[in-house]
Amino acid sequence: MIQVDNLSKAFNNVTVLHDISVTFEKGKTNLIIGRSGSGKTVFMKCLVGLHEVNAGNILYDNRNFVKMDFRERKQIRREIGMLFQGSALFDSLTVEENVMFPLNMFSAMSPAEKRARVNTCLNRVNLADVNKLYPGELSGGMKKRVAIARAIVENPRYLFCDEPNSGLDPMTSLVIDDLISEITHEYDITTVINTHDMNSVMEIGEKVIFIHEGNKEWEGTREEILDTGNKNLDDFVFASNLAKKIKSLSR
Amino acid sequence: MNFFSTFGRYVVLLSRVFAKPEKPKIYLQQTIREMESLGLNSVGIVIIISIFIGAVITLQTRYNLESSWIPLYLIGLTARDTLLLEFSSTMVGLILAGKVGSNIASEIGTMRITEQIDALEMMGINSASYLILPKIIATMVFNPFLTLISMFVGLVGGWMAVILTGALPSSDYVFGIQYLFVPFYITYALVKTVVYAFIITSVSAFYGYNVQGGALEVGRASTRGVVYSSILILLADLVLTQLMLA
Repeated sequence: MIQVDNLSKAFNNVTVLHDISVTFEKGKTNLIIGRSGSGKTVFMKCLVGLHEVNAGNILYDNRNFVKMDFRERKQIRREIGMLFQGSALFDSLTVEENVMFPLNMFSAMSPAEKRARVNTCLNRVNLADVNKLYPGELSGGMKKRVAIARAIVENPRYLFCDEPNSGLDPMTSLVIDDLISEITHEYDITTVINTHDMNSVMEIGEKVIFIHEGNKEWEGTREEILDTGNKNLDDFVFASNLAKKIKSLSR
Repeated sequence: MNFFSTFGRYVVLLSRVFAKPEKPKIYLQQTIREMESLGLNSVGIVIIISIFIGAVITLQTRYNLESSWIPLYLIGLTARDTLLLEFSSTMVGLILAGKVGSNIASEIGTMRITEQIDALEMMGINSASYLILPKIIATMVFNPFLTLISMFVGLVGGWMAVILTGALPSSDYVFGIQYLFVPFYITYALVKTVVYAFIITSVSAFYGYNVQGGALEVGRASTRGVVYSSILILLADLVLTQLMLA
């Protein structure tokens, strides 16, 4: 479980996150939604310490990340897996080397054990026979899957996904969403996903937080999101003509 | 103010670079890879440039020393001392600032904008140390060999020019490059090379590591890395010459 209390963040005296409090539950897919520029990515980067917060606390299972020194944070980060928007695979390494990278840096496993663990993770994301390929030789969807395999290779307790569907077609997006959801439940991970894809919200959003102009405006479940009475959220949810048509038909 | 802020950030980055490595074995492997990438891959360009510059220095010296009062072996001596004292360390350093410096700044800058550096940090790895320290060690260890190669090849280039043009007897040139040889000149050149290697790698890496934005900023960082490395190399040349030869 990750608990965020009164988090605020400013850049050059411009506040981009205002006093956000929220709890991300264990074993659930927690989605942060909002328009581009609403502060979702800054919020996620604050959660993992890539940005320092100006105020507030972030508790990873009651361990206050904000108050930790460099070494303690390093320890927590080893419990975190992260899927970046552009996958962030290392170009100079093969798929196998990319997934094995965290093991090479920190684990005491033998080479054979590491290779077995890498193959298990690649199989889990339904990738086979790609071990020796370089990221430049993979499709966007395959890169995301490799990045997921790398994120789970050390059995993380927390998984962060920043726009996991960006640049993917709707079918591949569904595959990636399902994969993240399955992994969350299978390994009982606290998963936090940044997205502005409403398909993802309706597919896997067990808990949804809506951020608008740096404020948390709403939180609830995917079942509740269609009828919130929040104008900003309605504008976001029913932005497309298709969604508007479905809404009018349902009335 | 901007200078002090930039210098402060450079010092902070270096303090992270020289922090204790997470896994020394991995850093050693990385250093060997960088020696190949930054050092071994520069041997070709160093040989080509040194052979031509050695030849040109010899011919220019010959055409500028027309007096019959000056012995011909002095042409070999002048070419040798020019190569040993300045060309093989400083000029090769400036060339490497262009080749290796831009390579480092653009590689690290691209890793920054594609979130690869964030990914390293998220794994609990000191990204500054992991990415920059092996490059610094690799160039500081390998570049002196490039300087020695440049010295040797430059002298061979001068000798070939002498043979091919007949500008002076080969025996005079060969006698000149051995005459009044001061071994300390090689030490001086190698010390300069090691300092230049540190400047090229750390300055270019600093600009790459601090890139913000997109491809345009990576290009700018690469240019800045080369320009500031070159200026600092010339400044270091002046200081080291005064300290070691005065």
